[in-house]
Amino acid sequence: MTDIIIHCAVALLFPPLLLGVIGKTKAAFAGRVGAPYLQPYFDLIKLFRKGSVFSETTTWVFRAGPLITLSAALIAVLLIPLGHHGAPLSFSGDLILFAYLFGLSRFFTTIAALDTGSSFEGMGAAREVTFSCLAEPTLFFSLLTLARISKSLSLSTILTHPTPAIWLAAGASMLLLVGALFITLLAENCRIPFDDPNTHLELTMIHEVMVLDHSGPAFGIILYGAALKLFILGAVFINIAFPVATGNALIDWGIFIAAMLVLAVAIGVVESVMARLRLVRIPQLLVGATILSAFAMLLVLR
Amino acid sequence: MLYALVLLPLVGALCAWIVPDNRLRPITLPAVATVHLALTALLLVNTPPPSPGGWIWLDPLGKVVLLCISLLFTVCAFYAVGYLSYRQERSNRVLCMGLLVCLSAMGLVTMTQHLGLLWVALETTTVSMAPLIYFNRNARSIEATWKYLLLCSVGIGLALLGLLFLAYSTYVAHRDATLLLGPLMLSARELNPGWLHAAAIFLLVGYGSKMGLAPLHAWKPDAYGEAPGLVGALLAGGLVNCAFLSILRVYQICLASGSELAFFQDALVGMGLISMAFAAVFMAHQADFKRMLAYSSVEHVGILAIGLGLGKGALYGALFHLLNNGLTKGVLFLSSGNIHRSYGNKTTDVVKGALTRLPWSGGLFLAGFIAITGSPPFSPFISEYTIVSSAFIEGRHPVGWLFLLFLVIVFIGMALTVLPMVMGAPPADLEPSAYEDRLLTVGPPLFMMAIILWLGIWPPAFLVSLLTEGAAMLGVQP
Amino acid sequence: MSSFADQLLVLVMLINLIMLGTSRLMFSIRAVAVQGVILGVLPGLIHPFSGHLAGITAGIILAKGVAIPYFIGGAVRKAQIRREVEPFVGYVPTLLLGAIFTALAFVFAERLPLAPEHKDLLFVPASIATLLCGFLILTTRRKAISQVIGYLVMENGIFVFGLLLTEAMPVMVEAGALLDLLVGIFVMGIVINHISREFSSIDTSRLRALKEE
Repeated sequence: MTDIIIHCAVALLFPPLLLGVIGKTKAAFAGRVGAPYLQPYFDLIKLFRKGSVFSETTTWVFRAGPLITLSAALIAVLLIPLGHHGAPLSFSGDLILFAYLFGLSRFFTTIAALDTGSSFEGMGAAREVTFSCLAEPTLFFSLLTLARISKSLSLSTILTHPTPAIWLAAGASMLLLVGALFITLLAENCRIPFDDPNTHLELTMIHEVMVLDHSGPAFGIILYGAALKLFILGAVFINIAFPVATGNALIDWGIFIAAMLVLAVAIGVVESVMARLRLVRIPQLLVGATILSAFAMLLVLR
Repeated sequence: MLYALVLLPLVGALCAWIVPDNRLRPITLPAVATVHLALTALLLVNTPPPSPGGWIWLDPLGKVVLLCISLLFTVCAFYAVGYLSYRQERSNRVLCMGLLVCLSAMGLVTMTQHLGLLWVALETTTVSMAPLIYFNRNARSIEATWKYLLLCSVGIGLALLGLLFLAYSTYVAHRDATLLLGPLMLSARELNPGWLHAAAIFLLVGYGSKMGLAPLHAWKPDAYGEAPGLVGALLAGGLVNCAFLSILRVYQICLASGSELAFFQDALVGMGLISMAFAAVFMAHQADFKRMLAYSSVEHVGILAIGLGLGKGALYGALFHLLNNGLTKGVLFLSSGNIHRSYGNKTTDVVKGALTRLPWSGGLFLAGFIAITGSPPFSPFISEYTIVSSAFIEGRHPVGWLFLLFLVIVFIGMALTVLPMVMGAPPADLEPSAYEDRLLTVGPPLFMMAIILWLGIWPPAFLVSLLTEGAAMLGVQP
Repeated sequence: MSSFADQLLVLVMLINLIMLGTSRLMFSIRAVAVQGVILGVLPGLIHPFSGHLAGITAGIILAKGVAIPYFIGGAVRKAQIRREVEPFVGYVPTLLLGAIFTALAFVFAERLPLAPEHKDLLFVPASIATLLCGFLILTTRRKAISQVIGYLVMENGIFVFGLLLTEAMPVMVEAGALLDLLVGIFVMGIVINHISREFSSIDTSRLRALKEE
């Protein structure tokens, strides 16, 4: 019971801090002081206090988009185990639900963008769908590989199964998975080198362009949903890449949160040292990630 | 004495390298070739026993190929002296050395019983031929050389993998890993069938691309078309036969294993028929007569493969055809080289009335055409007849009928190119060239044509017994 | 130790895929050099130590890891080309094909029984996958240098299989592989120089004078 409460508390409160850590890391690389760690929280509070402006051409779809996206993310976060604690919700086959929750949220983000009738947002939607088409197989292959290793179809078992022993036994495929998942993590969360969350340059925006018309609380929900998504995929990644468990519940929570913060720093480092890829190169990298995960599955199936 | 056969050409190559004069250097070729032929004759009569380790032994199959190569090379060597006197504008050092190194490697191919050594020798022939195709030093010949080198290297690489598979199959069967033919054949029945199967496929593809079996023949028309006539003759009559001998070795192992033979034979017949079909299609309306000869070579390696694939009576025909094809291709390439020299062109748009302009070369080309398409009284008729009659005797009617059909199409296609070339009047506006038929450029192919006629009318008894021995090695379970 | 050999073989296969996906020639050459060094290290992991083995390791690393990449790199610098422009088939399709070939190599390897001491090793699939990827590079790229790199990768694939036999047939394997490689690459290098002199480019798609009309 304690675990469930902690799970919900961490999942609800922790995500924006990741964005703050990433921002701070990038600022450190650029030699700036940077915004405080809690800046994303301040931004969210500010946005929620504002009023909203809705374009006359939009319909209910536009308003529902952010809400559905957020609720999908909230359900997804209940499905995954954090650290080595089981998830509050768990049943056999929930990995399919997990994958399709992302699909649902993406569908409503893009359809809300299309609802505005702006060609600019349509372009962003088209890009988003194209790239996620290429990123999704990676996620599926990775989850299937892990399911095969753990011989289970429930995310709780799949993601708490990896141990240092498995790393020694199937090191090659685990390494491939980690590589593929990290690429997916960056792609799904619109981080550099796929997309730059800070840019507003028309030619290269992907995700940012789709939410231009949202304002106030709706935009706040979108930002919060994005942070949550980063948190979810980051937690999946940490479970596989850093499967350390002491047995003591509180220490494990501490390890998990520390690992997540390290991951945020790592993302910040990647964003600082890499330039964004040209749009034509993005599919290449995503296909590469898919091949990595497929290869991992091949090694496991053998 | 066997080692002399390998070392002698190498010494010759060294001499060719040392001799500074471009006119004198080609003399090394007939000098080495004559001794080589004499040695070959001696070895055929009086064969030394296998070497202690079993690596070197001139068996009947090797003898047939060695005879063909030595004869062809001697003829080409005398021709080369005449031909190169017209090509004094460029150094022939690389050409002479390449030919001799290639002769040495081909000799090694015929006498080694070790598949690894055989592979090394075959690789050497491939590489030593590459600079010869590039003899003309122009854009087209470099293109041909590049294709030849790339495709043959890939093929020979695949063959190496096949050999490794073969060695691994002995390893899996808990025997000493070996590539010696004798021990391999003795233990063939216990070899792992999976690995043996994979080895047979890779070796067939690898050596098949070296031999120019369709669909792995892409390099052939280019290389044959751009190489000088005498290099073309050695490619078509020498290298092809060496590659065929390598396939014969694989066949011997498949035969000894029992289980693998049926697949290997089917694959050979299939590839052979495809080769003939390709040749038949591409030979029609072929304006470049050297490329036409290349497709004719594709056709004839197809015939060889079919002969081997049919087994039994056709084996004799295949071995005989190996000899006939090599010699007849020699005549055709050498005389076509003369025609090319005289007209300065190798397309049928310009080359007309060769019989009037060059009575000897034109006549030889025509005779060679009649021989290669399998018309009596020349010897290819006998070998092709043996193969096709064996197909019908064994009840392989579809193969036999297809074989005949392709032969007819090839005959028509080739005649459409050859007859206008040879008959009629030469174009009036053609400039006279420095080339004219002389003893050294016409005599050698004429001599070879005479041999073909002789073999066709009255095959000598020693040759018949040699071929029968060879066929027995392929047809009977040891 | 053998599981470490397996990890290295996975790395070899990944390098194949990287080479299929890149357009930079120098990068490909470095990748193939790394592959050569890995091949040099491998024999030490699966066979007991001996002087013969040390010789192989040194020879392979020297030839495949240093000499040949240096030689090809020199040709690239001389011809002043940096990348493969417009291959016959795009990078993503070849990458996918490479992945499919790798999967097929695993299927094929399943059907071949290994000797007990080589059980569970990835040598056969890695060998066939590398061979096929090399073949893919060879057939889909235009530049003569890329084709030579493809040939090199193919040879690496053959060599990976040969490693299983280095104990059983000491001289044959490495002699064959090295001879093939050195001679092939050397002659190809000369031909490339001639091509670049003749066409002032080493783009083999210019080599198209010879074809059927």
